[in-house]
Amino acid sequence: MFDWKWDFAWEILPRLITATGNTLLAAGAGYAIALVLGLFLAIAQRTPYRGVTFVVRELVEFIRSTPLLLQIFFIFYVGPQIGIRLSPWMSGMMAIGLHYACYLSEVYRGGIDSVPKGQWEAAIALNMTAVQKYRRVIIPQAIPSALAGMGNYLVGIFKDTPMLSVIGVAELIHTANAIGSEHYRFLEPFTMVGIIFLAISLPAAGLIRLVEGRVRRKLGLN
Amino acid sequence: MNFFDFVLQYWPRVVSGTGVTVAQFILATILGVAIALSMGLMKLSSSKLVRASAITYIEIFRGTSLLVQLYWIFFVLPLFGVTIDKFTAGYVAVGMNIGAYGAELVRGGILSVAKGQWEAALAINMTPAQRMRRIILPQALVNMLPPWGNLMIELLKGTALVSLISVADLMFETKQINSSTFLSAQAFGIALAIYYVLARFMVTPFMRWLEDYMARKMGRA
Repeated sequence: MFDWKWDFAWEILPRLITATGNTLLAAGAGYAIALVLGLFLAIAQRTPYRGVTFVVRELVEFIRSTPLLLQIFFIFYVGPQIGIRLSPWMSGMMAIGLHYACYLSEVYRGGIDSVPKGQWEAAIALNMTAVQKYRRVIIPQAIPSALAGMGNYLVGIFKDTPMLSVIGVAELIHTANAIGSEHYRFLEPFTMVGIIFLAISLPAAGLIRLVEGRVRRKLGLN
Repeated sequence: MNFFDFVLQYWPRVVSGTGVTVAQFILATILGVAIALSMGLMKLSSSKLVRASAITYIEIFRGTSLLVQLYWIFFVLPLFGVTIDKFTAGYVAVGMNIGAYGAELVRGGILSVAKGQWEAALAINMTPAQRMRRIILPQALVNMLPPWGNLMIELLKGTALVSLISVADLMFETKQINSSTFLSAQAFGIALAIYYVLARFMVTPFMRWLEDYMARKMGRA
C-alpha cells in the first residue's frame, strides 16, 4: 500500500549522503560564526556604555523575534542592492550565523551572570585589563553553565539548515526537492531526509548531554 | 519608485499577507496547545504503551526540522490518500511541531507542582481526572507560562515557512513583491518590521498579561 520502491531509494541514497555532508558543513560553519559572534554580542551588553548596550540589546531582540527565513532572503537579495554580491552559501552562513549568535549571546549572558561577584572583584584586584578579565577569569567559568544551551542550539542550527534551500544551497531538502521533481516521486526522498535528520539529531542530543555531564563533573560542579 | 509610492501600491497585499500569517498563527496555536497538553499528559501516563507513543511523537517532531515535516505533510501524505489543502497543511505542520516542544513544557509544569497538592487531592477523595483538572493543571499552567512565551515567538516565526508551500502569508507576499519590483530592501524590510511588531508588541505583551492574570487567579500575585 505504501508504494515504497527500494531500488529507487538505493539509487538516490548517494546523492542524499552528499547533501547530508553539505548540511553538516553548513551547520558547522554557521555554528562557528554564531559561537564567536554571540560572545561579542554578550560582552557588548555588559560594557559601561549605555548606548552600546541599548543598541545591541534591541538588535538581539529584533533578530530573535523575526523569522530566519526572512533574514536569509534579506541578506541574499539586499546585499547586491548595496553592492555586496554574496554567493548563496555565504549569505546563508551569514544569516544563520547571525541568527544563532543572538540566541547564543543570551546563553552566554546567563553563563556570565552566574559567575560569582567575588571573581569579578578579584580580577580587578589583580589589576587585570578588561580583556584579561574575560579571557582568563570570567569566560572559563561561564562556559560550563552555558554548555547545555550551547549544545541545544547546535542541534537547533542543524535543524534550521533546510531553510537555506530557498536560496539554492544544495543541502538535504534542496536535493530531495530536486530528486522529487526529476522523478515525480516525493515519498522516498522526503521520508529519507526525515530519517537522516532523526538519525543525526537524536544521537547528537544524547552525545551533547553526555559531554555536558562529563565537563561539569571534571570541573567539580554537581 | 520612491518608498511612499511603493507602500501606496503594495499595502493591500502586505495587509492580506499579514492576515493570513495571523490566521496561521492562531490556528497553529490552538492545535499546538491541544497536542502539547495531550502528549504531555500521555508522557506521564502509567501505561507503558501510552508513554511510548507520546515519546515517539515528541522525538520525531523535535528530531526533524519543521520544513521537513511541512514538506512531508504536503507532498507525501497525499500519496497515502490523505490530501489536505496547503492552508491546512501549513498550520497543521506548525502546530504539530510546536505541540511536541510544548509537550515537554507541559510535562515539566505538571512535575513541578508540589507533592503535597497531589496528596491533598487524593485525601479529599478526588478521582484522578478531577485531581488533574482542578488541582494540578491550573498550578502547572502558571509554572509553565513563562517558557510558553518563548515558544509562541518560535511559532510565529515558524509560520513563515508555510510560504514555501505557497500559502499566501506575509512572507509569501513579500517574496512576490520582491520578484516583481526588485525593491528587496523595502519589501523584506517592511516584512521584518511587521514580524517584529507582531512578536514584540502583540504576542509578548499578551503572554505577559496571561502570566499576570493566571498568577492573580491563583492568588500568587
